[in-house]
Amino acid sequence: MYKLLLCWRYLRTRWIALASVISVTLGVATMIVVNAVMAGFSNEMQTRIHGILSDLVFESHSLSGFQDPVWHMEEIERAVGDQIDGMTPTVAVPAMLSFQVRGQWVTRQVMFIGIDPATHARVSDFGQYLQHPANREQLSFGLREGGYDTTDSQSPTDQPTRPVLEHAGWPHRRMRVERERLWKEQQAAQADAGPSRSVNQQVDAVLAATTPPQDASPPPPTEPAVAGDAPVATPRQNPFQTARPEQGHVMDPAKEQFTGIVPGIGLASFRTRDGIDQFLTLPGDDVKITFPTAGTPPKAVSDTFTIVDFYESKMSEYDSNFVFVPIDALQRMRGMIDPQTGIPSVNSIQIKLKPGADLAAVRDQLRKFFPADLYAIASWRDKQGPLLSAVDMEMAVLNILLFLIIAVAGFGILAIFFMIVVEKTRDIGILKALGATSTGIAGIFLGYGLFLGLVGAGAGLALGLGITWNINQIRQAVEWCTGARVFDPSIYYFFQIPTIVDPVTISWIIVGAVAIAIGSSVLPAVRAARLHAVEALRHE
Amino acid sequence: MSNASGSPLNPAMLETRQIRKRYRSGSTMLEVLRGVDFRLDPGGFVAVVGQSGSGKSTLLHLMGLLDAPDAGEVWLDGQRIDSLPARERDRLRNTAIGMVFQAYHLLPELTALENVLTPLLIRHGFSDWFRRRRAARREAEELLDRFGLSGRLQHRPRQLSGGEMQRVAIARALITHPRVLLADEPTGNLDEESGAGIIDALSELNREKGLSIVLVTHDADIASQARSIVRLTAGKVETVATNPAGSAA
Repeated sequence: MYKLLLCWRYLRTRWIALASVISVTLGVATMIVVNAVMAGFSNEMQTRIHGILSDLVFESHSLSGFQDPVWHMEEIERAVGDQIDGMTPTVAVPAMLSFQVRGQWVTRQVMFIGIDPATHARVSDFGQYLQHPANREQLSFGLREGGYDTTDSQSPTDQPTRPVLEHAGWPHRRMRVERERLWKEQQAAQADAGPSRSVNQQVDAVLAATTPPQDASPPPPTEPAVAGDAPVATPRQNPFQTARPEQGHVMDPAKEQFTGIVPGIGLASFRTRDGIDQFLTLPGDDVKITFPTAGTPPKAVSDTFTIVDFYESKMSEYDSNFVFVPIDALQRMRGMIDPQTGIPSVNSIQIKLKPGADLAAVRDQLRKFFPADLYAIASWRDKQGPLLSAVDMEMAVLNILLFLIIAVAGFGILAIFFMIVVEKTRDIGILKALGATSTGIAGIFLGYGLFLGLVGAGAGLALGLGITWNINQIRQAVEWCTGARVFDPSIYYFFQIPTIVDPVTISWIIVGAVAIAIGSSVLPAVRAARLHAVEALRHE
Repeated sequence: MSNASGSPLNPAMLETRQIRKRYRSGSTMLEVLRGVDFRLDPGGFVAVVGQSGSGKSTLLHLMGLLDAPDAGEVWLDGQRIDSLPARERDRLRNTAIGMVFQAYHLLPELTALENVLTPLLIRHGFSDWFRRRRAARREAEELLDRFGLSGRLQHRPRQLSGGEMQRVAIARALITHPRVLLADEPTGNLDEESGAGIIDALSELNREKGLSIVLVTHDADIASQARSIVRLTAGKVETVATNPAGSAA
């Protein structure tokens, strides 16, 4: 009982010992914050990656793909059917995307992915990443009559960060056609009247006549549209039967569109520092895409497409790389449909597993079923393995470093405890004279270490949770004070710093901190216990 | 082992037999006690006198089990105690032996009342203490009241005078109902009046409660209050004198 009383009294009268615990507090708080933020980022990233990739990807090594996805899907069903929730075939080829910005051609290297709009949203979160609410319900590669989100549907804020999208869709397309018509008229008038006005003045005149109100950055005139493919193709077409039924038909760009595509938002926009997205091109604009045909050697073919929506997964790697197109259109253009049988080829089959299915086990089962020299079968974790393990590694290293901070705090406690033992030598002698055992004396200092550890870890817990829960307000305050951007949404594509407070991690941190506090009081405690009673009593 | 050296009918309360103690001081060995036979009868009041360095404090420490003799035996109430295991010796210090020191040796963080209760806090564990704390507290208050400290219960040692601190220390020694009280120059740091008060209190305890007391002092006047006086010289008992003028009266 005297141990408790003395611990308590020492705690209240030895403020210097509490000072030694401040570093424990700071260490614990930092660890909690860092772990919460890292776990938040990691979780956000995994959710994103998993949302983009389906659970399992069944791929061909060949760019030309494998024939007959239906047969393959039946085989997969036969192998691991009880674990499978859904499947969809895709075709993916590297391609070049070109679009015009103010008369300049902008070309981007992309991954051109043919998807089945009916089933693709079922195997991943693909649908959620689109900008038109109706497309999020069910993707259509037809251009919409406006109604695109001007706010980021995945961000918690209601701030309209994409005001330009208000006019996207058919209104934008009609405005553009009108602008082209005016431009041509001006050019014709120019030819008649001679060089009286500069090009800039002409451009300004056309812009003034066609720009809708509040339109922040209207795209300039693009090249006249050329009638191309049928607007929407039907699946499993015999290419011989569908050979350009509208041939000879002059396309009216104000009423018709080319094959719809959904590019990643990063290809068409950039985010300014105030968090507003600026668009280089909008849904309704036409773009050119150049891609290789199937067969050897591949030949490059180009076609014109109409942007119908944007894809935003918040993973910049994907958002600035992917362009989605209806799978049958891509198959047809690449020559992936067997002209005799009409059976198409695909590059891969995306597989979604039932909840609770064992990812690795199903993958291994499929790997046994299909020859590895023909098919690559990987889970989404395999695909992003290096990234995920890099994040885990980073977290482990950070935790070790931060734990060393607490360990350093332990040496502070050790030093201060030694001084307290020296200072209290006479009191230790008194307690021994009154019958306290050596273990009892050691218990005072161990208990004192425990108390200090608990106080330090408790304060650290409160501080850490306080910072974690208010980290976005703190960020804003720091930004307000310094004027510097601490967390730039244009880099991270998150509006908020994501955090996850994991009770298990926090428990380990606290246990570790308290253990260090107790551990560093062991040596002083043993020293106190070994003091000789008579010498201790004589100590001045 | 046979009983004490005296008659079995008259066992000693506290007795040392030929105890020796040496201290190493640098390269030289200093023999402080060279075979001391000391005897305190039940209810006795012995003053140990001698010059500085004559070994009287060391003798007291050995009898109080704060230190172990190099040779010889210490007996308490018919039991040899110097060879007991450490835990038993701790228990005896806590229950059978009360000690009072020249420098009071109160714990500065605790109040007067808590200082008096310290031996009981040491004796009892957490749950035991909660069962007994009221009774213990009452007894401690009574003891302090008897020494005229009822208004000082919540004072810290540094707020008390020397005489008050020594009275708190005596109360602390008595709260365990010890069989023997060992006092090491209890008046050494006190002015004459306070010192006299302390000695009077000890005499009274000896007279009225029959408490066996060993009092170490270098002051002949104070020693004269005891019933017998043992003079130590150079680590040996020089004379033993009964003192008819002592507190037995």
